[in-house]
Amino acid sequence: MAKEKKTLSTNHPLTIEEAYASRPRLWWIYTLIILIVAALLGWSGTSITYKGLATKGITIAQGVGYGLIHPDTNLLFNLTNEGVPFQLLQTVAIAVLGTLIGGILAIPFSFLACDKIVPKWVSVIFRAVILGIRTIPSLVWALVWIRVTGPNAFCGVVTQSVCSIGMICKMYINAIEDIDKNILESLDAAGCNGFQKIRYGVLPQIIPNFISTVIYRFDINVKDATTLGIVGAGGIGAALIQCMNSSRWSMVGAYLCGMIVLMIFIEIFSTKIRTRLARG
Amino acid sequence: MKKKTSDTAYREPLFDRIFKPRTITLPNGHTVKKPVSRVPLITVIVIAVILVSAKVTEFDFGIILKRGYQLGYILGRIFHPDWSYFGADPANTSKLFSALLDTIKMSVLGSVIGATLALPIAVLSSTNINKNGIVVWFFRILLMVVRTLPTLIIAKFAALIFGLGTFAGTVAIVVFTFGVVAKMMYESIETIDMGAFEASESFGANKFQAFWNACMPQILPTYLSYCLYSLEMNIRAAAILGYVGAGGLGILINEFIGWRDYESLGAVLLALFVVVFIIENTSQYLRKKLS
Repeated sequence: MAKEKKTLSTNHPLTIEEAYASRPRLWWIYTLIILIVAALLGWSGTSITYKGLATKGITIAQGVGYGLIHPDTNLLFNLTNEGVPFQLLQTVAIAVLGTLIGGILAIPFSFLACDKIVPKWVSVIFRAVILGIRTIPSLVWALVWIRVTGPNAFCGVVTQSVCSIGMICKMYINAIEDIDKNILESLDAAGCNGFQKIRYGVLPQIIPNFISTVIYRFDINVKDATTLGIVGAGGIGAALIQCMNSSRWSMVGAYLCGMIVLMIFIEIFSTKIRTRLARG
Repeated sequence: MKKKTSDTAYREPLFDRIFKPRTITLPNGHTVKKPVSRVPLITVIVIAVILVSAKVTEFDFGIILKRGYQLGYILGRIFHPDWSYFGADPANTSKLFSALLDTIKMSVLGSVIGATLALPIAVLSSTNINKNGIVVWFFRILLMVVRTLPTLIIAKFAALIFGLGTFAGTVAIVVFTFGVVAKMMYESIETIDMGAFEASESFGANKFQAFWNACMPQILPTYLSYCLYSLEMNIRAAAILGYVGAGGLGILINEFIGWRDYESLGAVLLALFVVVFIIENTSQYLRKKLS
């Protein structure tokens, strides 16, 4: 009898064998995932074919390796506008201004896209606008802005100000929706007016989140700013791509070394500040 | 009884040692210290950074006011996409859709390969499973360096080495996904419950068996969710890789901007928008299910 009905609803505690026999069986989920992944791989492999190395592929790979080990020290410590330090400074400056302006522009957008504050139809419109801004790749924004500002670092600043809005808004909205409303009620009970409620009830709750978001975005923007140069919007990318096109590998190495050091430094720095903000 | 003293005395931050905190005596005799506000110092630093940045980037707001109409003109044309790319003209349609499919294929293949490579490296660089400090730090520094390289630069290198085309783009996406997923994975592997792992080891399982049976079930949902997240990012990234010759929609984008054919550019962006929207929503739905 007991052998036929081996269910979890037995009165006695399960023996090891019974527990093992009634273990969750998820094999069909795994099989399904594996099948889907295999199908996707098979489908996507159809048009991506390895055609062997390019004619100069091995020379180039060797050049890159050589350049990274022997960076052009002359360029690396050159303090003119061509040198690595100035290029890096410009890259960071683009990211600083871009992130800051983006962070400020995102505030009205995120309040208007938060359906707890404004009517539903307003928030839907603004969410669509934000999604639209986010979908256009930053490189396309840069190419469009170049027609306005001309090819210089300022173009990078405007591009990043616009591009940052999308992601920053998304995280601002989460922060605004998480506000603890009870605090506002208790401030009401204590007789605070509207301004005081915002100053002591709302701002302390959202400002750490906002600053943390902006610093996180700054991290991303520095990385982005290095590639904006490819289209001529300032930063280290322009010089890097030129050197790559003309196969000056030791100069490429110098730019890459500078970039790697800068990026690691900024990542460590921003993680430190954000953990401090999160802990209060 | 001897009074217990803490062996490490509390050291005030540098700021508080320069600007002494104000001491307030409460009515009950206790004293509290009110540190001097840090806001002025931070404000001064931020303003200095902004001024230097504005100088370096030649910040000039006037030019936007003067030539801003250009942006309106271009955006206006982008928002009137050329509908012949969506069926009316077979040549254009097949051009757009083959590029779009290339982009999707590149990002799918790149995500799968990158995420597969990332799992063993993530295990090797998490301190709770791999006790060998040197190996852990070797892989962490490797991952850090990989993550600092922008995708476009990797794509450019790949295009120079493997020739122009989708293969170069796939390589760039593999490298990018590998760096991101491996980092997120080792961070979440370090937070899992190690009790089951130790129990398995004490029963005589080797490290691999213990990991497979005790840790895999814990990290699998997170891992799958990171894979989907990276797929979302990769679709966007893959769309511009063509700009450096690595295949996909980027080639079309580059072409149309070069010709100032903004209506066609609008069509490309619209197609991209739809694909990104579908993939993001599907993946967010699946990720919600996973968590």
